[in-house]
Amino acid sequence: MSELSVKHLLGIKYITEADIQLIFETADHFKEVINRSIKKVPSLRDITIANLFFENSTRTRLSFELAEKRLSADVVNFSASSSSVKKGETLVDTVNNILSMKVDMVVMRHPNPGAGMFLSKHINASIINAGDGAHEHPTQALLDCYSIRERLGDVAGKNVVIVGDILHSRVALSNIFALKKLGANVKVCGPKTLLPKFISSLGVGVETNLQKALQWCDVANMLRVQNERMDISYFPTTREYTQQFGLNKKILDSLDKNIIVMHPGPINRGVEITSDVADSKQSIILNQVENGVAIRMAVLYLLASKIS
Amino acid sequence: MSQKVLLNATEVNIALHRLACQLIENHDTFSNTVLIGIQPRGIFLAERIKLLLETEYNVKNIELGYLDITFYRDDFRRNDKPIEANRTKINFIVEDKKVVFIDDVLYTGRSIRAALTAIQSFGRPLEIELLTFIDRRFSRHLPIQPDYRGRQVDAINNEKVKVCWKENDGIDTVYLINS
Repeated sequence: MSELSVKHLLGIKYITEADIQLIFETADHFKEVINRSIKKVPSLRDITIANLFFENSTRTRLSFELAEKRLSADVVNFSASSSSVKKGETLVDTVNNILSMKVDMVVMRHPNPGAGMFLSKHINASIINAGDGAHEHPTQALLDCYSIRERLGDVAGKNVVIVGDILHSRVALSNIFALKKLGANVKVCGPKTLLPKFISSLGVGVETNLQKALQWCDVANMLRVQNERMDISYFPTTREYTQQFGLNKKILDSLDKNIIVMHPGPINRGVEITSDVADSKQSIILNQVENGVAIRMAVLYLLASKIS
Repeated sequence: MSQKVLLNATEVNIALHRLACQLIENHDTFSNTVLIGIQPRGIFLAERIKLLLETEYNVKNIELGYLDITFYRDDFRRNDKPIEANRTKINFIVEDKKVVFIDDVLYTGRSIRAALTAIQSFGRPLEIELLTFIDRRFSRHLPIQPDYRGRQVDAINNEKVKVCWKENDGIDTVYLINS
């Protein structure tokens, strides 16, 4: 199959395993492109893409913008903090105004879950969800699984643990969907207060002991505590969180095997992960960032090919 | 759908030898020349020519690369069927080298136009030549002609020329297919 089954990329839950494999194969080619001396291909030169970021971002925004430019698309950037949203303009109005300027695709990050789905029912352009509240962040999950595939050959059958603030994490949810679709074994680990009540109904194991979780896994994906989404106190102090769930070199070295360490970024050094682990040979954190551009190029290319 | 043999295995072999000799006439020891097979089907011809040059004509150490042109095509989003990309493998420098593009069939010339743009991402070649096994005369959309041709064929639009190689299809043959 050489085309995606969807018109938008709103979440991993809406795409098939075949879609994911197609994105991976396409990303392999784009990874080769971004390692050439001229890192550009002309495929999207007649496409205009608007990056609508209603929430802060470094990695995702830069990564998407780079991916778009490497495909020769025209890019317009919108950031909520410096726009008419502050004057009370609605989401649909903002986007329709932008679309009137003949924009073909929209990459959107929004604090409300389902914002992308809502938008897809009101506008014609192709939409890519760059993160909607605590719901999904599909391109992050795709690049995470792609990075595991790059390092271990295949995702199927691997033991992957996601550690941290699962409750507020769109990265965790998208990763769970993607890893399950690709046949991995998944566990989540964190303080009970940050593990959603019915998370095991997604087919994932639950573990509150970090040592046990790491001993079981082949890959550990460490998440940042999402303070900005916390309305109440989920644990007594950051120090206590770090003592129980922070990854350091001592724990890493105490394991039977060399596990792979991942983190979507931004890292709070010393909280969920120490510097010596983040900068170690077992960490693929910077590979994830490089793969992010290739994955996003693949997603943009495959979705653009459906625009007539 | 009917199928006619344009070249049988013997004729293919003779054409390959002639192409190899023509290449040697112009490129001598290939010290400053690289061969680039155009994906998806030019790579088989390129490998055969390289093998022939090495085994029968004693030209050693020829650089051969594969170039995929999917992202440089001018018909992206204009086809019903999406196009699948193939591997690009160029592990050498093309800067200041003589490049020979190798493809099985030259039809409209659009693939080669895409290849000319694509190769620029790897450097600035000294010169570029084109070798095609089949040259479909009178069907060019662009001013592109081969420097080395195996056989010239006059075919009308709804006919297809298919080049089959021993490695993939069991026998070296060129078919004219009428759909």
